[in-house]
Amino acid sequence: MNTGDDGVKLTTEQKKRRRSRSLAIALTLAALVILFYVVTIVKMGPEIMNRPL
Amino acid sequence: MSLVDRQDTLTIPATDRWDGGMGSVGDYVALLKPRVMSLVIFTAFVGMMLAPGSLHPVLAAVALLCIAVGAGASGALNMWYDADIDRIMSRTAKRPIPAGKVTPDEALAFGMTLSIGSVLTLGLLVNWFAGAFLAFTIFFYAVVYTMWLKRSTPQNIVIGGAAGAFPPMIGWASVTGNVSLESLVLFLIIFMWTPPHFWALALFKKGDYETAGVPMLPVTSGEESTRHHILVYSLLLAPIGVAPFLFGYASIAYGVISMGLGAAFVALAYDVWRKRSGDVARTASIRLFKFSIYYLFLLFAVLFLESILGRMMA
Repeated sequence: MNTGDDGVKLTTEQKKRRRSRSLAIALTLAALVILFYVVTIVKMGPEIMNRPL
Repeated sequence: MSLVDRQDTLTIPATDRWDGGMGSVGDYVALLKPRVMSLVIFTAFVGMMLAPGSLHPVLAAVALLCIAVGAGASGALNMWYDADIDRIMSRTAKRPIPAGKVTPDEALAFGMTLSIGSVLTLGLLVNWFAGAFLAFTIFFYAVVYTMWLKRSTPQNIVIGGAAGAFPPMIGWASVTGNVSLESLVLFLIIFMWTPPHFWALALFKKGDYETAGVPMLPVTSGEESTRHHILVYSLLLAPIGVAPFLFGYASIAYGVISMGLGAAFVALAYDVWRKRSGDVARTASIRLFKFSIYYLFLLFAVLFLESILGRMMA
């Protein structure tokens, strides 16, 4: 487990920028999830909805 | 409070401070060379539009996105490798790595992640031929051009220009799953356009390349030789620009416009060849450099409009 003594303390600016990068990565991943979902529907067609449960 | 907020120390051996982690989202976007990316998107889109057959609009958008991200990734890898010379040249000194906003390791990780992601996505969602072609293009730009040719031969941009010329072929391959003579002509237009475009830039940025030790033609062979090369390549480019009409997949309107633009290109190249010193020589080089951007854009814009009209009337 890391403690404050053996690591590098991030500055406020570094923390702020990391947060904005993390947000951008999260949005990108969410967009990819939607993209793969839409492409699956496109490739398989509407028949994907018409299957025995 | 999120996990990210609480984890405010890193397990890096403690030195004075850590220089990484300062890049904003905008800095990472800058690593993708957005201006080059926009030209790549445009030419790839024209390649897709001209290709026979059709691709679902969603898949076409995915293909374009992957080609754009792949091009951006190779730009990031280029900036990672070239950070030392980018620092020296005025044109590139403000890029994220020399400016100290992104560390080389961060740029490398970013470029590799996007390279692999774009290739796999294009392969999985569109077709594997296009995916493999994109992988080859990234490899060609990042390894063959950036790591090898750029610092070793004045022919760097002649051969390396192929990387910038592949996108319309990848666009074409996204639709058809293969390449053809028509897509090769699109490649040849950009391939032959690249040397006079960059040599015109190198003429008025010669000092930069000299200081950085990049063997651009004006540095290794002199300005006079570069002017000869620009003229010869322009004379070769002009007829190749007309080739889509000659091969029958562009209309007479394209033929006339491409001939006019080609003649203007040669005239400006001749001006560069004729004016060899002083401010007039510099102005001539800048004028050719700027015109060359319009030249390529207009040729592809006309092809694009014709393909739209063709599809509307079909």
